[in-house]
Amino acid sequence: MTNTNDHIILPEGSIEKQTNTLNLGPTHPATHGVFQNIVELDGERILKATSTVGYIHRAFEKIAERRPLYQITPLTDRLNYCSSPLNNMGWHITCEKLLGVTIPKRVDYLRIIIMELSRISDHLICNSIVGVDSGAYSGFLYLMQYRELIYEIYEEICGSRLTTNIGRIGGFERNFNATAFTKLEKFIKEYPAVLKEFENLFTRNRIFMDRTIGTGPISAERALNYGFTGPNLRAAGVDYDVRVHTPYSSYEDMDFIIPVGKTGDCYDRFLVRNEEMWQSLSIIEQAYQKVQEFKGAEAEVFHADSPAYYLPEKKDVYTKMEALIYHFKIIMGETNIPAGEVYSSIEAANGELGFYLVSDGGRTPYRLHFRRPCFIYYQAFPELIKGGMLSDAIITMSSLNLIAGELDA
Amino acid sequence: MALTNETIQQKLTEKFGEQLTDWQTPYGMLTFTAPAALNLKVLQYLYDDAELRFQFLTDLQAVHYPDNKGAELAVVYHLHNLVDNIRLRFKVFADISKPDVYSATALYQSANFMERETYDFFGVNFVGHPNLIRILNVDEMDYFPMRKEFPVEDQTRIDKDDEMFGRG
Repeated sequence: MTNTNDHIILPEGSIEKQTNTLNLGPTHPATHGVFQNIVELDGERILKATSTVGYIHRAFEKIAERRPLYQITPLTDRLNYCSSPLNNMGWHITCEKLLGVTIPKRVDYLRIIIMELSRISDHLICNSIVGVDSGAYSGFLYLMQYRELIYEIYEEICGSRLTTNIGRIGGFERNFNATAFTKLEKFIKEYPAVLKEFENLFTRNRIFMDRTIGTGPISAERALNYGFTGPNLRAAGVDYDVRVHTPYSSYEDMDFIIPVGKTGDCYDRFLVRNEEMWQSLSIIEQAYQKVQEFKGAEAEVFHADSPAYYLPEKKDVYTKMEALIYHFKIIMGETNIPAGEVYSSIEAANGELGFYLVSDGGRTPYRLHFRRPCFIYYQAFPELIKGGMLSDAIITMSSLNLIAGELDA
Repeated sequence: MALTNETIQQKLTEKFGEQLTDWQTPYGMLTFTAPAALNLKVLQYLYDDAELRFQFLTDLQAVHYPDNKGAELAVVYHLHNLVDNIRLRFKVFADISKPDVYSATALYQSANFMERETYDFFGVNFVGHPNLIRILNVDEMDYFPMRKEFPVEDQTRIDKDDEMFGRG
């Protein structure tokens, strides 16, 4: 929306102070997504920015009001599509909280493996894109190979790569196969060296430091007031992490630290994300260790014993009457969900991903609201880039890790 | 964790008396209802009180209850005390014919987009909001799509001409 009242009014004939209006987006190659920012430029310096969002709004909350719980999982894929499994798990955990399903420990640990893998895949994209935007392309290519490996692990588990629809309410659709574990071991073995090399390329790189230190900073107070969560808040120095504050999926069994920054600028965000990848790797190792400790029948558990809500395996559906009945009831949405309201949140790659689910006892949610971290912290973007250079705005945007899908829902 | 749901409820009852109603704790989260005119006072008190310190607005959204005549729209606040790590939820109800609720933007910058989103989908008029315009929907839209009178299209309906979509 171009409103001429917003433009800076200049005194008559002041040529040297004349400003330009530039439309950055909606489909600008440097913005990695559908964002529009109308910036008012004095030379290369940004005087004012106005953000417009909603270009890929898909009305998920409305659609969800007509869908049984298990059909909402594919919608959550499309929020932050760089780490779909995190959104899927967040949704399953919300449903399980509402339905009162208890999850076996092994499933919790398997979920942790998947969630931390997707956190790594999200952070590595974000950090390598920050590199690309500052002119260093090679780090991106190094890390991309390992995102590929992560996607192959997803593929072994659920059959798809980007929009995963992974897991079910109550567990996973099938047990992890041997190939998945082999690939996971390969990842655990090879990724540290690659991440180390990536850090060597960037962390003490003079050009990169000059470009990112002091770019797009935010203080802890402002960040909290703007509702920041996740790495962006931690970079400003607040150690808030949902995994620690409100543990879910047995995160309390894991030993890890929350990295925090100090200045909240692009460089600190970069460092926090890098350190989180190391922490995630360590969590994956711990969880994998625990998964291997299960013996006998326990080592085969991949879902909760909750026939009314967990979609039965297909082979059981063909051979067992009970499984067929429950399959039919779940697929046809004949299972009523208990009335109540629940707020549940997980630490997604960008911060606190919350689900506020109101049920009136029908088959579908009465109201479902996604608390999308991107949407909430994006409003700080004009403040972050004000007074900086145009090129800093680009790098700030990528270091905030704005994902259009999560922004618009 | 020193602060408990009981302490919060007690402190709020001392301050606001019988005006806060419908105390519940679904799934462990303290929930109550406040009159719409009091929402800012409650928020301010929760923010400023040295013991309560609910200074983080986690989420803000609305729910439409068409059968709840005179108070159809519920605006739901989720607040978080990050120091004591405790959350609470409170609701204010507004009449759909005049859905005025005071804006929380002066207290929380984060409420800006959230209130715009709530306005966009439910038509809650946040009084005092600096820029209450549509955010996710197109600017030309003249209704509030998340209200219950707009059901999602039934996929089995037959009165639609699908020829234009290659399904004729």
